[in-house]
Amino acid sequence: MRWLSGVRIFAIAKKEFFHLRRDRLTGGMVVGMPIMMTVLFGYAINNDVRNLNAGVVDEANTTASRALVADAMATQVVRVVVRAGSPLELERLLAAGKISVGLYIPADFEERLAQARPPYAQLMVDDSDPIVLGAARGLAQLPLGQNPQTTLKSTFEVRALYNPERRSAVFIVPGLCGVILTFTMVMFTAIAIVRERERGNLELLITTPVQSLELMVGKIIPYVFIGYIQISLILLMGMSLFDVPVRGSMLDFYSGAGIFVLSTLTLGLLISTVAETQFQAFQLAFMSFLPQLLLSGFMFPFEGMPKAAQVFAELFPMTHFLRIVRGVVLRDATLSMMVDEVWPLALFFVVVMTFATMRFRKRLD
Amino acid sequence: MTIVIETRDLTRHFGDLVAVDHVSMQVPKGSIYGFLGPNGCGKSTTIRMLCGLLIPTEGSANVLGIDVLEDPEALKSKIGYMTQRFSLYEDLTVVENLQFMTEIYSVPRSERAPRIKAQLERFSLVDRAKQLAGTMSGGQRQRLALAAVTLHRPELLFLDEPTSAVDPESRREFWEFLFDMVDQGTTMLVTTHFMDEAERCHALAILDQGVLVADGSPKRLMADLPASVVEIESDTVRVVRETLLDLAEVIDVAQLGSRLHALVRPNVQDPSAFLDASLRQRSLQASLKLVPANLEDVFVMATLGREVDR
Repeated sequence: MRWLSGVRIFAIAKKEFFHLRRDRLTGGMVVGMPIMMTVLFGYAINNDVRNLNAGVVDEANTTASRALVADAMATQVVRVVVRAGSPLELERLLAAGKISVGLYIPADFEERLAQARPPYAQLMVDDSDPIVLGAARGLAQLPLGQNPQTTLKSTFEVRALYNPERRSAVFIVPGLCGVILTFTMVMFTAIAIVRERERGNLELLITTPVQSLELMVGKIIPYVFIGYIQISLILLMGMSLFDVPVRGSMLDFYSGAGIFVLSTLTLGLLISTVAETQFQAFQLAFMSFLPQLLLSGFMFPFEGMPKAAQVFAELFPMTHFLRIVRGVVLRDATLSMMVDEVWPLALFFVVVMTFATMRFRKRLD
Repeated sequence: MTIVIETRDLTRHFGDLVAVDHVSMQVPKGSIYGFLGPNGCGKSTTIRMLCGLLIPTEGSANVLGIDVLEDPEALKSKIGYMTQRFSLYEDLTVVENLQFMTEIYSVPRSERAPRIKAQLERFSLVDRAKQLAGTMSGGQRQRLALAAVTLHRPELLFLDEPTSAVDPESRREFWEFLFDMVDQGTTMLVTTHFMDEAERCHALAILDQGVLVADGSPKRLMADLPASVVEIESDTVRVVRETLLDLAEVIDVAQLGSRLHALVRPNVQDPSAFLDASLRQRSLQASLKLVPANLEDVFVMATLGREVDR
């Protein structure tokens, strides 16, 4: 192997910068994508479900039963939109999607109460959506005002340390850093080499003395900067629009982000050495993105996944970065406390970079 | 005489297709060596093998004293390759493209700016320095491409159909540049399908379906043509051609505009009179004259031989 040339690496990086500067659409994506996604996700994703459409069948129709319905509405979790005649009708409305929750109060409601013979009433839940099920479960714990015996005393006092108001944005926005970077970084580099091939530049490039590793390193340098621009934008918007507290050190945040950006960029490079056309590169990039989005712990709790899925997810850079970013931003953790998440990223970078460099041959066959 | 390129039985298959078939050749230093042949005859494939971009299926190639199979990377800083398709960056300006090439070829820092300036002047691109390469005309692009691949002063230059997309004026100008560089000691391998360009080369190889069917200097090839050439002018060239093709003594008849060139077997004593008599028999009017062979005739003859063999 010959010595690497800093001049050649710099030449490639500079050229990539020129491409970016002249490509308005991509340039717009650099800034537009994080802004759009942060606003969209920050406002739209809310696990704190409110105002579910509910139907009520009150066969008892007594003071107590009416109070129960009023209490249920007072939680703001449900909103009574239909008063139905029978439980069967509730089931039909649920199946049609007109309501998410059906509240059935039997005719002997008062008797059951008096004899302390639960269940006193029934909640029918559209559990085709698990979030709705979770909200309805909360409703089932609703204490019955008149009868203090039925209220349960908590054994534990819960102390929420980092997000006591349970605001979704606080949880979502730091995670968005990982999602948006994974998406844009892989997209950008996935087409980096394929584009040269499609436009015919590669035939010239591989006739020059440039080495594979120089090409790979030079190609990712501009995108490290772009990654930093995007992550700063997301954090800034999170702080100003959604009051996301940034508790940890900025140095730790940016160092962690740097390692993460490098590892996702190499993933894109690897895709670029495999794909034959830009379209294929896009498909592969998307294929690599989806499992990361679903399994990294951004969308669904990591702990809830089967063991095999967890092991698989440990391979993704996004899984580790989500833990780092939540740790540093929300829990004031230092990077040194999270070494266990940092080394997998570093290892991913080294292994995939080596693999991509070896896959890229300065040949046409 | 130093030999710059030497190949022995150079062969390349793509699946079942034999793109280059046992080509052996020698290119001496300081000359323009031409590859003449139709599209798909294996010209580009041969060049790519000589640049180390494709691995030969069989045979060997030694370029500038380096075995291309063993150490293609050692070769890359010494050669320049002008691809058939424009391969510089269309969204970079002329100067940006040239700067990129000086850096990639590790031209010493202090020499980069003067060399770029010199190339701009030499290839009349000074006014275009800040223009995006993608917005230039075919001729301008070819000049830029040539300027870019010669910035690092390669000893050997590969040019794959350098003038196929430019007007005749630009072609003449382009060849002036090539001759200047040859005078300075550069060796060139040029592919073309233009006869006038082929005629300017010091030596020629005619490729047909991957096989080297003839090689030598254009003069030699024309003088040694194993046929007599009769030029025929007539109002009814198509009928005349059909008629002549039926004669066993006629190898082939090619139409060049309104004229015909008939290749007649060398054993016919007075080919002009012989053909005239044959035409008269069928009461066809034509004026005939014996002419020296041109490169087109050589090309027709060379590529025809292969078809007869098959």
